Formats: sequence, C-alpha cells, structure tokens
Amino acid sequence: MSAPASQPDKMAAVPVLERMFRFQWEEAQQCYVLLYPEGMVRLNDSAGEILALVDGARSVARICSQLEQKFPAAGDLSGDILEFMEVALEQRWIHYRR
Amino acid sequence: MSSVGSTTAAKLARERQPHGQPLWLLAELTYKCPLQCPYCSNPLDFADTGAELSTEQWIDVFRQARRLGAAQLGFSGGEPLVRRDLERLIAEARQLGYYTNLITSGIGLDAARIAAFREAGLDHIQVSFQAADEEVNNLLAGSKKAFAQKLAMAREVKAQGYPMVLNFVTHRHNIDRIDRIIELCVELEADYVELATCQYYGWAYENREQLLPTRAQLERAEHITNEYRARLAEQGNPIRLIFVTPDYYEERPKKCMNGWGEIFLTVTPDGTALPCHSARMLPIAFPNVKQQSLEQIWNESSGFNHFRGDDWMQEPCRSCDEKAHDHGGCRCQAYLLTGDMNAADPVCAKSPHHDTILAARQAAEAPAHETDVTYRNERNSRVFARSID
Repeated sequence: MSAPASQPDKMAAVPVLERMFRFQWEEAQQCYVLLYPEGMVRLNDSAGEILALVDGARSVARICSQLEQKFPAAGDLSGDILEFMEVALEQRWIHYRR
Repeated sequence: MSSVGSTTAAKLARERQPHGQPLWLLAELTYKCPLQCPYCSNPLDFADTGAELSTEQWIDVFRQARRLGAAQLGFSGGEPLVRRDLERLIAEARQLGYYTNLITSGIGLDAARIAAFREAGLDHIQVSFQAADEEVNNLLAGSKKAFAQKLAMAREVKAQGYPMVLNFVTHRHNIDRIDRIIELCVELEADYVELATCQYYGWAYENREQLLPTRAQLERAEHITNEYRARLAEQGNPIRLIFVTPDYYEERPKKCMNGWGEIFLTVTPDGTALPCHSARMLPIAFPNVKQQSLEQIWNESSGFNHFRGDDWMQEPCRSCDEKAHDHGGCRCQAYLLTGDMNAADPVCAKSPHHDTILAARQAAEAPAHETDVTYRNERNSRVFARSID
C-alpha cells in the first residue's frame, strides 16, 4: 500500500480505460466484463460499479462520492476503491490521465 | 479467458447448465486463401466442402450465438478478407455487442479497407507472419510478395489506432531466429505477440517431419523469449510475449479447448458447427446451422455432447486422478495418432501410445533432409478429398 502522504494525489487522479479494453454489461452472464483481443475478464459487482464510472473525466474522489451516494449503507468506500485502482493499474486496464 | 473477482466464466455457467456457454465464436468465413502455409489448421479436404454461408445466414448465426452468451467473435478463414461482405458482417457483429477480432494474413488488405473496418466498428486486428525473414516467410507462405505486404499492413493497423496482435507460428525453420521475430514485433509496436509452435493436426501433421523443432531448439527459443521479457519489462515496454510450446514436448496433455463444448464454438464456411476448429477430422456427424438452431446445436446435438462429461473415457484416463484437470487431452491428436478418438492423448506419458510421440521427437533430432513440403492449396486438397472418400 502507498504512503498516506500520496493519498490526496491519488484521490485527485483521473482514471482512463486503456484503449485495448471495452467495458460492457453482459446480459447472458448478468455481470460487467472487460473485453480485449481474444479475451474477457468477468468483473465482480464492486469492480463493475467502479469501472462503470471510469470515463476519463471523473476523478477518483468523484467516483468515491458517487458510489457512496449510491450505496449509503456501505460507508466510506475510498479505501476499497483506491485498492481496486491499484489492481486496475497493475493489470493495465486503466492509466491515470497525464 | 481470464477471470477476476470470484469464479471463472465456465464455472459460473455450469451452476446454471450442465455445460458452459459458447463465449467464443470463431466464424471461418471462407476456406479461400491466397497463401499456402504448410501448417494451416483448415481440414485437408477443404476443397471438397459445401457452399459458403450467405451474408444473411452469417448474421443470423451471430445473432443466435450472442443470445447464447457469445462475447468474442473471431473472423477467420481461410483468409476472411476474401469475403466482400466483411465490412457488413463486422458492422452487424459490433452492433450486437461483440468484441470483434479480424484474424488475417494481411494479404488483400489496404489502408482504405482498414479504415472501413474501423468505421464498421472492428475492435482488433491480428496479423500472422510466417517468419521475420523475407525469404523464409515467402517460401513458407508460398508467395513472393507476402512479407513486404504484411509489414506495411501491420504498420497501417497501428497507425489507425487498433490494438494489434502479431502471430508467428514457429517451427524448425524459423524458431532459431526468435530474437529477430521479437525485435520485429517490438519495432512494429505489437500489443501482444503469440509465438505459437505448430500443433500437429491437418496440414501440419502431413508436414510434421519438416516442421517439428528439436527439444534443444525449443528450449533455446524459450530462454531467449524470457530474456527479452525481462529486458522489455525493465524498459517499461508494455508488449506481451506469449510463448506456446508444442504438445509434443510435454508429458501431460492440455485440456483440449478448455473442455469440449464448454466455451468455444466454431462455424465453418459451409455452416458446420464444431467444438474446435480441428474437430472436423473426427468420425462424428457434426450439426449444421442451415438445419438446426445454434441453441439445439450447442445444448442438444450429439456432436457437441460427444465428449462432455467423462463417460466416454477408457483406461488409463477413466481411473486417472488427473482426468478432471486435462480431460484426457486432445481428441483429434488421439484419433490421428492411435486411430481411436476415445483413447488417451498420446502426449500423456501414461498413454500406451506415448511411443508415437517419442518417435516423433527422435525423428526431429535427425538432420533435416530434403523431403517435399505439402503446401496447403486446392490442388493438394483435392488429392486428400479423394483419398478420404
């Protein structure tokens, strides 16, 4: 995990889906997926909800507040969302807008 | 296909049905091809098959498969560019929500057509090469101009913003130049590179002696690939190198197609539906989309149910504690090497026919001698069609 000092930077970052991937809802499987050349990643519910808000314009902070509004019972989601962003960066599904 | 979160697609699907959904549809639009690669995966008797499906019939297949859960659609062949309705097929498929993949030799492609495909919604283009060396490439492709055209098209694909996969089928004639192959792929800015050794079915089986590398060749190539992976990662290059070893140097078979009738659905030019693009060689009457719905074909046809489950297995597979892992291996390989499609894949060291694999490895050690390569073309295919009849 990252040092606490970098947390504000990460909240201000704007994630962008890599060009290689297409994100969509799959009716037959009842889940969101990421499609890429000859492959597919099935996303669990929370990963799907987060990526659905990744549009190259919203910051991580905006994504957090929107999801916290949508799921008020869940409480503070920033830890989980930042953790997901780390995974998504590592997998090269997204990059932060430069 | 990979998975994140909880379970794999195949597992989840199994909770609802006894078998998976056809997530991957391979549309072999035509067997026509300007190249003559001696390891082509098309059937030996391709010249003897029926009329190609029409545009409307293909679109209907796409619609039905999408309803069954298909998300990936590969346009393949033969050379799919031969079909003049390809732009229309891509547009319809994209509209249905498929991730659309064009799998091409690049012969017959130009900048205008690449742009038209983009306009239609094509997601990705895979260009196949025969070698990184002009002379070897053209010799294997059976064409004098193939290499220059492929290079130009790979550059154009990237210039127009597509993700690009480059596919090199490796064998004893090009595997020693794997460093040049990788460097060429880096130069062309490929996103993924498939360094796939021939699998020996169909035409490649006929030419096995000319194609199978030695173990030393293979190990050297894998070592060099690993060195490049480390170096490229250090440089921050996102290129991914996928190295596929041939079954012939394994001691356990691979799980054929991730399970027969579990994920993959191939529809051939004449509408025959197959659980794998090689399966046409098996003595099984496979269903045709002209006669049955895809739902009947996938869920109920005897062809697709043939090797689902493990009731069909014989010893040593039946009592083997690894049977759930590899499902007895490849049915086509078992049939080719033993004459019995229910036998264990001879790649497995437990198979009583494993000696056929050992003999092929031994033969690969002998210095290459001048025997003729059987090129994949109409004339040779007619010879095979006659002998199969």
